[in-house]
Amino acid sequence: MSVVTNTTTIGAIEAPSRRNTELLLLAFAVVIPIFAYANVGLSIHGELPPGMLVYGLGFAVLAGIAHLVVRRFAKYADPLLLPIATLLNGLGVVLIWRLDQSERLRTLAKRSFGVFTESAPRQMMYTGLAIALFSVVLLVLKDHRVLQRFTYISMAGALVLLILPVIPGLGADVFGAKIWISVGGFSIQPGEFAKIVIAIFFAGYLMVKRDALALASRRFMGLYLPRGRDLGPILMIWAMSLLVLVFENDLGTSLLFFGMFVIMLYVATERTSWIVIGLLMSVGGATVVGMTASHVKVRVTAWLDPFACYSTSGACEQVGQSIMSFGSGGVLGTGWGQGNSDLIGFAANSDFIFSTVGEELGLTGVMAFLLLYGLIIERGVRTALAARDPFGKLFAIGLSGAFALQIFVVAGGVMGLIPLTGMTMPFLASGGSSVLANWVLIAILIRISDTARRPAPAPAPSPDSEMTQVVRPS
Amino acid sequence: MSELTLTVMRLGFLAVLWLFVIVAVQVIRSDLFGTRVTQRGSRRGGGAAAAAQQPGRQPAPPQQRQRRGAPTKLVVSEGTLTGTTVTLAGQTITLGRAHDSTIVLDDDYASSRHARIYPDRDGQWIVEDLGSTNGTYLDRTRLTTPTPIPPGAPIRIGKTVIELRK
Repeated sequence: MSVVTNTTTIGAIEAPSRRNTELLLLAFAVVIPIFAYANVGLSIHGELPPGMLVYGLGFAVLAGIAHLVVRRFAKYADPLLLPIATLLNGLGVVLIWRLDQSERLRTLAKRSFGVFTESAPRQMMYTGLAIALFSVVLLVLKDHRVLQRFTYISMAGALVLLILPVIPGLGADVFGAKIWISVGGFSIQPGEFAKIVIAIFFAGYLMVKRDALALASRRFMGLYLPRGRDLGPILMIWAMSLLVLVFENDLGTSLLFFGMFVIMLYVATERTSWIVIGLLMSVGGATVVGMTASHVKVRVTAWLDPFACYSTSGACEQVGQSIMSFGSGGVLGTGWGQGNSDLIGFAANSDFIFSTVGEELGLTGVMAFLLLYGLIIERGVRTALAARDPFGKLFAIGLSGAFALQIFVVAGGVMGLIPLTGMTMPFLASGGSSVLANWVLIAILIRISDTARRPAPAPAPSPDSEMTQVVRPS
Repeated sequence: MSELTLTVMRLGFLAVLWLFVIVAVQVIRSDLFGTRVTQRGSRRGGGAAAAAQQPGRQPAPPQQRQRRGAPTKLVVSEGTLTGTTVTLAGQTITLGRAHDSTIVLDDDYASSRHARIYPDRDGQWIVEDLGSTNGTYLDRTRLTTPTPIPPGAPIRIGKTVIELRK
């Protein structure tokens, strides 16, 4: 049209829906666990496992349902979240099934509880439930901004969920940590769900208060210090997480909540000082509690030198076994079903499931797993960057931040980097609450990313006809 | 099971797992390199992002010899069009909310025909306010007459800031 053609505009590629990419990856993500399953059967029993067809088909059907729901109700969602979550979930079931085959764990269970029940079928059932819940969330939650209305209700909800395990009669004290409640024979870990609910509160609260928190500050030694009264909320969350730590003996949950709040505060206000203040407060709190609470003290001792107290303390033995399993895995691992990570004992398929990855798949496998988790987190952060509304941004950052912290806390714990905290590895560890809560988390991220990547509606027909707003000097 | 089969399966599994990771990373590669360069003259791509527009039908003025150190492009550094660049090739650039502006501003505080930027006879770029409501600012001063643009000086129109760069 014109002779001048050297002007360019740089813009993002218009987002295609990418559902077919997702389907391909999903098929891949279903095949890998089936391969792993066959691998375990061949190496332990010398034959293909009998349930292979049923498990494989069931898993493929579940993944297919999830895909169809996303295709129908969240067309523009991120193509990676669902396949990666499916892959991790599938490999988790295989890991649990592999530990079910261990003679050591069978005898241990018979000795302590009288019976041995396989965990893999139960985990498969929870996966089914979780996919159903995932679909329900995508179906019901048409727009994540609806959740903004429940800002303060979710604060109350999260507090109730956190307090539930301490209520006598309802809470169940399992191995020292009071983070379970038992309802009708099922034990539920409310903390896993509280993580999502409290993200709603933080996002809604910080969206409203961000300006006050970001702008009203004094500069001191290169840091913007907040006003005293703005410190209120962070002090409250800090106190709450310390209370969780003291009364429920749960280092992980308290670290998760406080860390998540600090991350969201930083993202909302862009003030580095919050990170500094948050780190100081958590280090201070953890030191005090670590010196006083006996349950935490045991964990700290086991972390500092697991082999010094190896034969005297159960916690030390577990951490020691876990570190040894990582060590004996080496770079390439022993192969599926050929490690001895079952020596860890009763928590081998829940808190310590990552040690089995470390031993049987080696450093190579551990890296791949951590990268997969990293990709989920990256997609979450990417979603937050792409989201157009501040609530969605903060919510997505909060959820992926919580996810990242949980991975760090669990993986760091079993590798001996930080004291063990007794949280579950998302999607891998045996346990219904964890699987359900993490699938809900993925569903919400998919919903936000669908809103964010959806092409913008056509611009208003004629901006020429609108009035120019006049700047009023104030 | 023979030792060999197990070793092959063990390494095979790791390879497949990493293949998945690599494929997944390939899928998101478009995040890093996924910018689209629209040549001027193609039709407008929908949103405000593709706002660098045809400068009308007038033929381009005869190209003057570029002075040494003269700016070669106009860059939007603040506002909704941040990142948009327009190459300076001796043509007049109009700015405003009107559809036929060279840079269509998506800015409530800009007028339909807000300002224009053009080269004078010596190739010096001049900015002129076209009687806008909120004014055009060069650095901090509101423009009243056509003014030469010193290199690197920000020109503010509403919430949008543009600069001439080399």
